[in-house]
Amino acid sequence: FRIPQNNELSPPAGHVNFLLIREIHVANVASTGFCQPPTSAGGQQHESHGDLRSLSSSLFIIILHFLYEIMAVHGPVVKIHPVVLASIVDSYERRNEGATRVIGTLLGTTDKHSVEVTNCFSVPHNESEDEVAVDMEFAKNMYELHKKVSPSEVIIGWYATGYDITEHSVLIHEYYSREAPNPIHLTVDTALQSNKMNIRAYVSSQMGVPGKTVGVMFTPLTVKYVYYDTERIGVELLQRTRASPSRTNGLTTDLAQVASAAGRVQEMLTTVLSYIEDILSGKVMADNSVGRFLMDLVNKVPKITAEDFESMLNSNINDLLMVTYLANLTQAQIALNEKLVVL
Amino acid sequence: MICIKVYGLKIKLYFVPDPPATKFLSSVSVFQVVMKIIKHYQEEGQGSEVVQGVLLGLVVEDRLEITNCFPFPQHTEDDADFDEVQYQMEMMRSLRHVNIDHLHVGWYQSTFYGSFVSRALLDSQFSYQHAIEESVVLIYDPIKTAQGSLCLKAYRLTPKLMEICREKDFSADGLKKASVGYENMFEEVPIVIKNSHLINVLLWELEDKSTAADKHELLNLSSSTHLEKSLQMLMDRVDEMSQDINNCLFFIPLQYIQRRQQENAQRQSRGEPPLPEEDLSKMFKPPQPPPRMDTLLIASQLSTYCQTIKEFTSQNLGKLFMAEALQGTSSYS
Repeated sequence: FRIPQNNELSPPAGHVNFLLIREIHVANVASTGFCQPPTSAGGQQHESHGDLRSLSSSLFIIILHFLYEIMAVHGPVVKIHPVVLASIVDSYERRNEGATRVIGTLLGTTDKHSVEVTNCFSVPHNESEDEVAVDMEFAKNMYELHKKVSPSEVIIGWYATGYDITEHSVLIHEYYSREAPNPIHLTVDTALQSNKMNIRAYVSSQMGVPGKTVGVMFTPLTVKYVYYDTERIGVELLQRTRASPSRTNGLTTDLAQVASAAGRVQEMLTTVLSYIEDILSGKVMADNSVGRFLMDLVNKVPKITAEDFESMLNSNINDLLMVTYLANLTQAQIALNEKLVVL
Repeated sequence: MICIKVYGLKIKLYFVPDPPATKFLSSVSVFQVVMKIIKHYQEEGQGSEVVQGVLLGLVVEDRLEITNCFPFPQHTEDDADFDEVQYQMEMMRSLRHVNIDHLHVGWYQSTFYGSFVSRALLDSQFSYQHAIEESVVLIYDPIKTAQGSLCLKAYRLTPKLMEICREKDFSADGLKKASVGYENMFEEVPIVIKNSHLINVLLWELEDKSTAADKHELLNLSSSTHLEKSLQMLMDRVDEMSQDINNCLFFIPLQYIQRRQQENAQRQSRGEPPLPEEDLSKMFKPPQPPPRMDTLLIASQLSTYCQTIKEFTSQNLGKLFMAEALQGTSSYS
């Protein structure tokens, strides 16, 4: 069989993969449109392939995850903003009773080498053993509404919570390929199967014998987290909720923020110092590149003569004090003015 | 109830606390909302345009929980075929399908260097608060956030101000009667951020993947541009304020009164009977007393500016002292 060039599969694994894909493809062919349940003919085929399919799908999943670790990834790099992940987790928490997973659309921008996911919304869907129903109307509507706010975002794929890629995923993916040229599929493991929330992205590629049975395979992609500056600062603040037992956190006052930033720098300095002590006492091998970084660090403190520094410091402090004084004066003035005017 | 025993007499004092100005002590926001607001500004709000949106959530006991939000599109030239109300209704209906709280609890707005107290804000917040008692307006300051610390504040109108807006009585007498000063126009509601366990897991993941090197905007020493801009805005407002005060003064025909008094003094010195005190209101049409609301708004805005400037300078002083410490130790080595 001809395996497309852009997949680096070791032959045995590829062979198994191909077989498994064929099973899924059968299911694909059997259900005509994905908003309708499979026809009776398809239903029969389901039953005959039922056992084999369940075995093959579990095997498929195992192999897929194994491959995710070792395979070189081809395809665009996926850059995700944290706002998307937050929305996904939130919509998972609000899922209907009985639904095991949530799906939704991903919006963002693409360019030649990467796909940037900046927004998402969840789409109601029903999923059971045999059928999958997704509210397409809703998805279109929401997309229109979102477009009014940010016209530059386009549909670039879809997400699903949960660990596996099921047969239904293939169908949904096909739907999304009608909306976007090369849709990305993102999975967020909210069930924390491996004690981590695995966030993975896939893109689908055709494989198989052209003209005969053609299957779909999900190739994994690298996922990077991208932040705007302000986003990073927001996330950093929100990180603090991890520490408190009630998971709450107030927004801190101004000086407290400077104090905490100073605390962080201090922590980092202590880490560096302990590392240096270890090297000096011979416990750890000295590393030249780290040494160079340390040199840089020490040289970064600018060498200014004491008087110059004093004068700079004093003038800055004077500026700030003057501004504070003016601000206080203005406030007093306003208060006085109010009393006079209202009289 | 406080009882005091004085020389065998028991005096009971009844201590009745003031009814709390606001029933809702704090508003709780969620990771998602904060991120969405930040993102909305970042993508659509470059420049001095404000970005706005709606907050959705629930009221729980004495807390207002904000669980989601969606942005409003900017007002563009093709306003004609765009209906805000319809957009809102569509959005809310759709969100209801996915189990997102679809109750309006307020709105958010971004601000430019802290200038958000304006007539428009007042009107919007009044209409929101009139419809939904607990609504707040979240003010997000992107420029201050970019400097290192998330700046998000929630405000409501005080009940006194609500009274005044309801009666639309903005004259000086009305304001005096309700004793509304610029300080009790808005009250700030403390914000608490609450995250679910899953979100905490997500945060651990993100923490894992992010490096330590990118987190130090706050310790940046260069602050002069920000300070200059803030002071510039402060000066503009003070100018507006003084103009406004001048306008108020013109409504009293001071000059005429002065001339009258001078004439009377002259006549007295000449021994003639003074001119009868004419009723001024018959001479001049009683002018409309100027709307005091603008003065109040400007005063409130000035006070907010001053407050933010003071916070900023105190932070900077801290940073300067840190820099001094660093220089001090290195000069010994």
